[in-house]
Amino acid sequence: MKPSVYAYIAVMAAVTYLIRLLPLTLIRREIKNKFIRSFLYYVPFVTLSVMVFPAILTATSSKCASAAGFAAALILAYCRRSLITVALCASAVVFLIELLPVV
Amino acid sequence: MKRHAYFAAGVGAGIPIFLGYLAVSFTFGIMAKNCGLSVFQAVLLSASNLTSAGQFSGLTLITAGAPLAEMAATQFVINLRYCLMSCSLSQKIDEKTPFFHRFFMAYGVTDEIFGVSVSREGRLSPFYFYGLVTISAFGWIGGTFLGVVSGSLLPARIVSALSIALYGMFIAIIIPPARSSKVVAGIIMISMLLSLLFTAAPLLKEISSGFRIIILTVVISGAAAFFFPIADSGVEQEELS
Repeated sequence: MKPSVYAYIAVMAAVTYLIRLLPLTLIRREIKNKFIRSFLYYVPFVTLSVMVFPAILTATSSKCASAAGFAAALILAYCRRSLITVALCASAVVFLIELLPVV
Repeated sequence: MKRHAYFAAGVGAGIPIFLGYLAVSFTFGIMAKNCGLSVFQAVLLSASNLTSAGQFSGLTLITAGAPLAEMAATQFVINLRYCLMSCSLSQKIDEKTPFFHRFFMAYGVTDEIFGVSVSREGRLSPFYFYGLVTISAFGWIGGTFLGVVSGSLLPARIVSALSIALYGMFIAIIIPPARSSKVVAGIIMISMLLSLLFTAAPLLKEISSGFRIIILTVVISGAAAFFFPIADSGVEQEELS
């Protein structure tokens, strides 16, 4: 017999929550070790970079539009624009390019 | 700053997440409906999990009628990256913050909320975090609901355009610190190149996206920490903001 949808949802939620909870509750003190501190400092940059590229190229319905949105985001981020500006401008670029008949 | 001021700041900072989540969860809602889930089940799934890749793969397993153990294992592998993020966040919370907050904060550790939280200067207020989580979860759950109820409410063009919003936000988080630190700039480039390699090269591309993120994060951050350890002065913390 198949498990019920609610059983699946409960298992998914429990596993996901525990993964998030354990490090937060087990690491209560500030870590003094220089290597671990450095490691944790670099984690966001690596994680977010790996998530962005190359996945961003297939995020929308056309590769050209995605590439243009990617370029727009890089330029605006380099000019220190806010998160919302960069996010919306990348979306706007994708929207406009997908309106073109050739793409 | 008062609690409600932190909360409001978090809500404001979460607007790009809200828009991105709306688009992604809208797609999720449509898929959930196609897999035979009711509105209530789909919304419950989104509200209790608050994760994208895990939920999409979960739908596949639900449809296939997979054993619960397989579901648990799959979620563990796909979402293990949150473990690294929670480790990083644990250092951002003030030691004086009451302990119970960590139980509530854990609910909201997603790629995007993590990204915005670490980009904020100084210590992380739980109330700022709750503001972020509230607006983000509103987008995630609301988008799911709309997707199930009316798969045609949001035009496909809008969904496609908004699908890049979260990536744009990530770029806005990582690029500015790279201007003032050559090490960070180099790490970003190496990470993207290796990620491309892991997506395209034979054998390596068989590795799931969840594991790709974990492997590259551990290897690249580890190498960076070994060769370019940060000073204790807190200069680097400023770079991140």
